[in-house]
Amino acid sequence: MKPVPLEFTRVTSLEDASTALAAAGDEGRPYAGGQSLGPMLNLRIARPTLLVDLSEVAALNRHEPVDGGMEVGAMSVHSDFEDGKINDVANGLIQHAASGIAYRAVRNRGTIGGSLSHADPAADWPPVMMALDAVAKIYNTAGGYELPISEFINGVLSTVMVPGDILTTVKIPCLSETATWGHYKVCVKPGDFAQSLSVILMDRANKVCRVVVAGPSSPARYMETIPDLLLSTTVWSLGFAETLKETVIRELKQKEFVEPTDRHNLNLHGTVVVRAAKQAMSQ
Amino acid sequence: MTVMEKTGVGASIPRKEDDRFLKGAGQFVPDLKFSGLWHAAFARSQLAHGRIKNIIKPAGWAGHVFTADDLGNVRPIRSAASLPGFQASDYPVLAKGKVRYVGEQIAMAVAPTRAEAEDIAEAIEIEIEELPAIVSPAYARSQNVPKIHDHWDSNVVCETVFENGDIERAKENAIHVIEREFNLARQAPMPMEGRGACAQFDARLGELIVWMSNQLPHPMQRGLAKFLGLEINNVRVICPDVGGGFGLKTHLDGETVAVAWAALKLGRPIKWVQDRFEHLVTDADCRDHEIKIQMYVDEIGKILGIEGEYLVDAGAYSPWPWPVGVEAATGLGNLQGPYDVPAFRGKSITVCTNKPANQPFRGVARPGACFAHDLTLDAVARAVQRDPTDVRFDNLVKPDQMPYDTITGKHLDSGDYPEALRRCMAGINYKKIRMRQEESEPDGRKIGVGFATFYEQTAYGTGPHGYSAWGIDLVPGMEMATVKLTPDGGVWTSVGVHSHGQGMETSLAQVVTSILGVIPEKVTVRLGDTSTAYAGTGTYSSRSIVVASGAIAQTALELVPRIARIAAHLLQCEEDEVSVANGEATGPSGSVGLDVIAEAFYHHPENLPDNTDRNGLTATTGYNDKVHGGVFGFGAHGAVVSVDIEIGTVEILDYSIVSDCGTMVNPAIVKGQVIGGLAQGIGNALYEESDYDSNGQPLSVTLADYHVPAATMVPDCTQEYMQTASPYSTFGIKGVGESGAIGPLAAIGNAVNDALRDMGVEVNETPITPKRLSTLIEREG
Repeated sequence: MKPVPLEFTRVTSLEDASTALAAAGDEGRPYAGGQSLGPMLNLRIARPTLLVDLSEVAALNRHEPVDGGMEVGAMSVHSDFEDGKINDVANGLIQHAASGIAYRAVRNRGTIGGSLSHADPAADWPPVMMALDAVAKIYNTAGGYELPISEFINGVLSTVMVPGDILTTVKIPCLSETATWGHYKVCVKPGDFAQSLSVILMDRANKVCRVVVAGPSSPARYMETIPDLLLSTTVWSLGFAETLKETVIRELKQKEFVEPTDRHNLNLHGTVVVRAAKQAMSQ
Repeated sequence: MTVMEKTGVGASIPRKEDDRFLKGAGQFVPDLKFSGLWHAAFARSQLAHGRIKNIIKPAGWAGHVFTADDLGNVRPIRSAASLPGFQASDYPVLAKGKVRYVGEQIAMAVAPTRAEAEDIAEAIEIEIEELPAIVSPAYARSQNVPKIHDHWDSNVVCETVFENGDIERAKENAIHVIEREFNLARQAPMPMEGRGACAQFDARLGELIVWMSNQLPHPMQRGLAKFLGLEINNVRVICPDVGGGFGLKTHLDGETVAVAWAALKLGRPIKWVQDRFEHLVTDADCRDHEIKIQMYVDEIGKILGIEGEYLVDAGAYSPWPWPVGVEAATGLGNLQGPYDVPAFRGKSITVCTNKPANQPFRGVARPGACFAHDLTLDAVARAVQRDPTDVRFDNLVKPDQMPYDTITGKHLDSGDYPEALRRCMAGINYKKIRMRQEESEPDGRKIGVGFATFYEQTAYGTGPHGYSAWGIDLVPGMEMATVKLTPDGGVWTSVGVHSHGQGMETSLAQVVTSILGVIPEKVTVRLGDTSTAYAGTGTYSSRSIVVASGAIAQTALELVPRIARIAAHLLQCEEDEVSVANGEATGPSGSVGLDVIAEAFYHHPENLPDNTDRNGLTATTGYNDKVHGGVFGFGAHGAVVSVDIEIGTVEILDYSIVSDCGTMVNPAIVKGQVIGGLAQGIGNALYEESDYDSNGQPLSVTLADYHVPAATMVPDCTQEYMQTASPYSTFGIKGVGESGAIGPLAAIGNAVNDALRDMGVEVNETPITPKRLSTLIEREG
């Protein structure tokens, strides 16, 4: 279980990182905590010839409040969110979600930028950041660009970035004080990637509701039919829960989020969205 | 309190070995360092079944790559058995002709680092003509299916049958016939440390030294000599610290033989350390049982007879020295459980498939047998509409029947089995759980409670209900121990058993303390080295605390009259006036320490009597249990679970264990062993599964898809110990190593079925995953 022969370099500037990675093309990989890439290297599933370690790049190790939200450097580790070292602008959702990522040992090294760039469909950050409508800021030597997390990730283990692009910052908008959230995750065992994860944001005052569902087989997605359903009622009932679940399953079937014949996972995702909704509505 | 009472048999003293383990100073195979050491990596089959057409060694790496053609006189590993019709497999050290499972080693690469060895191994080109993969036992047994071993008659390794009592009468008299089929998933043994071996030739001694992570030093010495074509005198096996074995490390693997061969060939130390991927993909698995059972019962659920069929998917090769047929035959031979069953008929079937070998794992087939008999018994209770614990009480062997020979010939030696169940019910607060079930849970979950009652056959030896019945290569007999008093009054002892988490260095020291009164700190227990232990067959089948304690106690007692003779001379009294205890010899006029006696013997012979025993202050004697079928521990497990019926997840809310392993040498160690067994049982029941697709490709290849229970998934449990001394063993000890792993499948399975009883859902396979359970719930709902 040893990686293929490769070059390893630790850079201190975004420019150096981007230049090295652009030159290496598909043969290069940024190293941003290594909690997924490390095992993939050892299993020789990932076979880069160049690793560029980003841990010493100052621009990636910062976080600061900005107008309407918070900018978080991509190399912020999960435990910084868990421990409240980074101000939670989402009424506790971020801290809650961070504390449920894998194990503490992973949270001490794994980074938010690494997780989003790796784009594992069952990972925790993508649905959370999608529910919050967070924005990814990407650096490249041509100047860079910004786009919502939901567009930044464009497939299973896939983002819009090309070699030389580096996710530098996640811009998280501030939630209004009355906004509530739901977060429900089912894993085979604590610390695993999710079998199903739903994150729901409800801001009734501003008529905003975002419902995200994630699982191992497809990238996290916004539910289209659920937000109106949730905004249309304030009273939780078993009948409502049933309607909700049926609606989720119908949409997931239609959109082929899982195989339409996979009754177990359809039922699982349906139940998980309902439980997240119940939590969001009862806060 | 004397030294013997405070630290001898029965005392929960801290484990001596933990000092080095907790400091990270243990010496496992991967820790061993040698100058000139090279590492091995293996090129392995990507296909489950095929013919090797061509192997091209990479250019520029002459002397670094070896295939079966290079191995000369090295013989394939062949495991024999006298079971009727048993077909032995030749397990090549490196694949020759055919490959028979994904991951089978085909070529070995060696280099100064593991990474380089992996680079070279990856560059070896292997051309294989693919053959149809034979993955399911049903397909393997069907007509006109290709044979995995070309020269065999069929893909069935062997079948055994057993019948006792009048089963036809039982069928005639039965009011209910409860018929069930059970499946236990294939599992990976998953010790914290995988396999590993390091070999070096010592030119001065003419000795090949093989350090290996294994439970059986002496059998491995014999196996390595046999398959490498060496004299036993020229092979020394050292099993250093071993990070868990559970049965996996009772067999000799091809990689280790290849590494040993390479050390001889290249004249330099060679090491191979199995990584987790290799463990999951290529190493021997365990379990993988299909059990059919018919239980014939009367109107109140009393068992009149049992018919059963026990099938084991053995994978491609039989491990050495335990041939695969033993697993299924053991399952069959325990299918009656701890119950008073008057008639029995059954068959065991062992089938060859294109998967890694299958070999005994903690409990051997007993967890499967317990799962089958105890889930069936709960189904009986539902059929006769009685409480399952009442049906158990009616069927359990009673204390006044002891000793009791089961219908399958197991000689249950002692104990009150129903009392274990009663205490287990109290431990879990059974009545309160039943009351709670009357109310529905606020969150909609269903609560269930289930029990398992079982015995544990431990330390079984020669036969006929021990190992000679199988007709295998190595049958355990005398377990030998050497004990010597050292010149400063300490004790040095060596035995052929080993320790891979069991704390034997502590427990066996306590045995010495109980005989001679030398404090455990001054007792050295040497394990795992064929050069220090006279003989032995190693650690397996919950045998070591029974046989090694017996051997050490008996050997230490040999020294007592020799010590007394010297003491009598020093104390100026008669020998029969001297008693030896608490580290000293005492006569009418005073005491003399063992250190003084030893000092006299070794360094001041002028102080010795003329008739000093010529055997000195050391002895080697052997112990064999009085009954060769073993001594029987037993227990009851109780589980309370909640089932989330919407998504099929199971949570264990409470767990209760009552166990009787006779006299406990170190109760704290026993409890640790039982909790460890429970953790593995929970994995077995709810999480662990080595899955394969229809081409024989493994689907559980990393710890991301093979789920092992972590600390938070093992509940706090109540543990209670009844200590019914065995009439047959020294101190009345019974083994306990496997006990904790036998009951959980059945207790948890019964609890889940109890929770879902009203829905008509019954789960009969492991692991009980959310997908399995929600599929059943949906089907019934």
